Amino acid sequence: MAEEDPSLVSRHSFLESTLRGFTRAVSKALLSEHAATQSGLLQQLDPRVRVIGILALVISVIVCRRLEAIAALLLIAIAIAVASRVSLSSLAKRVWLVILGFSGMIALPALFLTPGEPLFTAPILHLSASVQGMRTAVLLVLRVETAATLTTVLVLSTAWTHILKALRSLHLPAEVVTMLAMTHRYVFLLIETANQMFESRQSRTVGILSGSEQRKMTARTAGVLLSKSIELSHEVYLAMLSRGFRGEVRLLTDFHLRSRDYVGLTAFIFTSFLAVWIGR
Amino acid sequence: MASTFEVQNISFSYEAIPALCGLTLHIGEGERVALLGANGSGKSTLLRILDALYFPSAGSVTFKGDTLTEKRLQEEEFSLKFRRRVALVFQNPDVQLFNPTVFDEVAYGPLQMQWSKQDVMRRVEETLQFMSLAHLRDRPPYRLSGGEKKRVALASVLVLDPEVLLLDEPTATLDPKSQSQVVDLMQQWKGTAKSVITATHQLEIVEDIADRVYVLEAGTVIAEGTPSEVLSNTELLLRANLIHAHRHSHDGVVHSHPHLHGHARHEHEH
Repeated sequence: MAEEDPSLVSRHSFLESTLRGFTRAVSKALLSEHAATQSGLLQQLDPRVRVIGILALVISVIVCRRLEAIAALLLIAIAIAVASRVSLSSLAKRVWLVILGFSGMIALPALFLTPGEPLFTAPILHLSASVQGMRTAVLLVLRVETAATLTTVLVLSTAWTHILKALRSLHLPAEVVTMLAMTHRYVFLLIETANQMFESRQSRTVGILSGSEQRKMTARTAGVLLSKSIELSHEVYLAMLSRGFRGEVRLLTDFHLRSRDYVGLTAFIFTSFLAVWIGR
Repeated sequence: MASTFEVQNISFSYEAIPALCGLTLHIGEGERVALLGANGSGKSTLLRILDALYFPSAGSVTFKGDTLTEKRLQEEEFSLKFRRRVALVFQNPDVQLFNPTVFDEVAYGPLQMQWSKQDVMRRVEETLQFMSLAHLRDRPPYRLSGGEKKRVALASVLVLDPEVLLLDEPTATLDPKSQSQVVDLMQQWKGTAKSVITATHQLEIVEDIADRVYVLEAGTVIAEGTPSEVLSNTELLLRANLIHAHRHSHDGVVHSHPHLHGHARHEHEH
């Protein structure tokens, strides 16, 4: 056991609090159906229209090559979020900042490796960034941000069971829908189990662990957590089978297409085509 | 008595670890049977086999004359009919509650049975009232207390009005009040056509919930009898690890005697 050192204390609490914060955030994100019950733009459309419409916009984001077109699609995604009463601060915390960190790291090399007109030279490393490199990096980050924003808005504004039923009614194979349903429940169980394991570990830990001890402990915990979760998800599947589940998603809610759904679908498809045409 | 389940010489293993070894038993129509055994004796595995979630590697299980095989359960008509008639309440209610609200949870089974929407709504409302869960209908199941979760898990299978109820440790981890509520409910089924098979190691509830008892040890039946016959056989209970020798002293005299957990007090002579 390491001696008590303020730096170790902060490292210990940082690791614990990061993991706890992550599990809290994912749990909240997965289980929050608050926005789905609000009366917003997406909520007024048939779930099948929402799924097709958002999918069309995501495809157009992937196909677009012009920065301006993708930026316009991001603005449209934000407008849909606001009109669907999805909190922008929640989007910023859950999507924008996280994506910026991850895709930013992936995009960084492009800034220096793409040949072209010099933009600036990085101090110490003496690597020069190009205008074309900057454009490539921004394009990548913006593309990921926009696609993630669109899918998050869909998930937050639609009950998970409705998304599954919509996917099934769009002829996605029953096996794939079952896998998605199980994944949703599996992740929830994983989070629950992780929280219980952290609490249990904390109650049995005396003093402060050193960095290497913490890493070993975290690796062991991750392994045990995985085995436990696989077992639990198997149990959930058995419980579903026991009550008659045969791969079909059956709900009390029936989906009906109304005139506003046709208007919505047309708007989604038109916007997607327009974006692809402008951004080609 | 007409047969509900005929279990003939079944064996089952989890990879290389045997769980059931040549187990044979019979459950009659409308019978209330307790499967008594310590942890790891094979009770939960047997319930899963009776619910056709697992299939034995050897031996056979028949339900009302139909042999339960994996192939048979793949037939939609047979599978729906069987799932409608036989229901299992899992030991851990968390694995059984996977819907967004209590109402959706209770409606899940009837929807899988492809009942009409009106019938589903009516039956769910009736079941929620019967189980005193109506006030929780819009609550997410994962936010309920342990006792409430257990009641929702029970409601989610009772809504189908099954002929056979398989209960895996129904009172384990419950507080005394919730435990007595579950036992009271199980007592209501006495004399009805419902067969109730309960796996438990809580000896104190056996006389209330069963008319016949099978004692399991290491994946096989080691005894069968009425609750009073089984509970009065100390040697059998010790062998099945359902009671243990309790060592203590009175006025400096150390002695030991069989000890049954679950009773608040016990008396014995010296």
